[in-house]
Amino acid sequence: MKRLFPIFSILTAGLLVFAFYQAIWVAPTERTMGEVQRIFYYHVPSAWTAFLLFFINFLASLQFLANAKPSTQRAARWTVIAIGVLGAIAPYVPAVQSQLPAGLYPSSVATTALLIPAIYLLIGKFFSDQALDMLALTAAEVGVIFCSVVLVTGPIWARPVWGIWWTWDLRLTTTLVLWLIYVSYLVLRRFSDSAQTPKLAAVLAVFGALDIPLVYFSIWFFRTQHPQPVIGGGGSIDPRMMRVLLINWLAFSCLAALVCSARFRLEKLKRQVEEAQALESLLGSGESATQSKAQLPLSRGQQ
Amino acid sequence: MNSVKFLIAAYVATWLIHGTYIGSLARHYAKFKQQMKEMGKK
Repeated sequence: MKRLFPIFSILTAGLLVFAFYQAIWVAPTERTMGEVQRIFYYHVPSAWTAFLLFFINFLASLQFLANAKPSTQRAARWTVIAIGVLGAIAPYVPAVQSQLPAGLYPSSVATTALLIPAIYLLIGKFFSDQALDMLALTAAEVGVIFCSVVLVTGPIWARPVWGIWWTWDLRLTTTLVLWLIYVSYLVLRRFSDSAQTPKLAAVLAVFGALDIPLVYFSIWFFRTQHPQPVIGGGGSIDPRMMRVLLINWLAFSCLAALVCSARFRLEKLKRQVEEAQALESLLGSGESATQSKAQLPLSRGQQ
Repeated sequence: MNSVKFLIAAYVATWLIHGTYIGSLARHYAKFKQQMKEMGKK
């Protein structure tokens, strides 16, 4: 894995340069907004990547909590599988299908529903208890970075287009709340030394994740200042723009994977250092206790 | 109003955020590596 890291870094850097070239020189200029619309190629992929990372944090936290007992572990696994199966079947039931917002295809709902157990089982296969906690922390931290990019590039784009930097519209407000939830998660992880911290953080992550669908679907179900979704949901996009958008998303996803891998290794190293320091101080106190015991008869004798 | 300025600002801000974060990761990694090395010597 360590050997693959430099190769993957070079490939990601190349892909990011290519994606930048596509966004600036290849994508057509939008008719009403002009050049500033190209912010879209950084803003939207960053948002999608942040959602994906928060989703991974949610599944890792859920699994960390469920792994406390073998019975809850089994129950959680079967519940997630049942959600996946139900979610894959339900959109094809006419009564449910009629309730779906315009432009939301049953196949996309089914695919998303099937991805939940797939990612959950994959995480469970490759990560054990401590690693699950580290994965959750890594995904949350990198997710906050991508969400920060969304919250910074959004107002920069809004100023020339809407004439304002910010408005308390549903999409913008829920995104800010999402960012605040995960910042508080990171603050909890950073400043709490209790042995219960991973468990408390996991509970916060599970409840915090409830905001993700709210952010995503806010523009599907409500009329907001924010534009309609570009894929389905009433919005439309030039195929050339869509191609550039997907290239940029791939590039930012590779960057996220790379940064997550580095952050995971850093967390592992940090815990190793902390364990070694704890062991050292334990041995040090053990040695000093032995020394004081050895000195005790002598001191008594001297008395 | 020059909208290109906003485009440049957004792209620069994005890379500034990512660059700062990656830089902080590299700094922390070097610090922990050094601590590990020092403990190994002891």
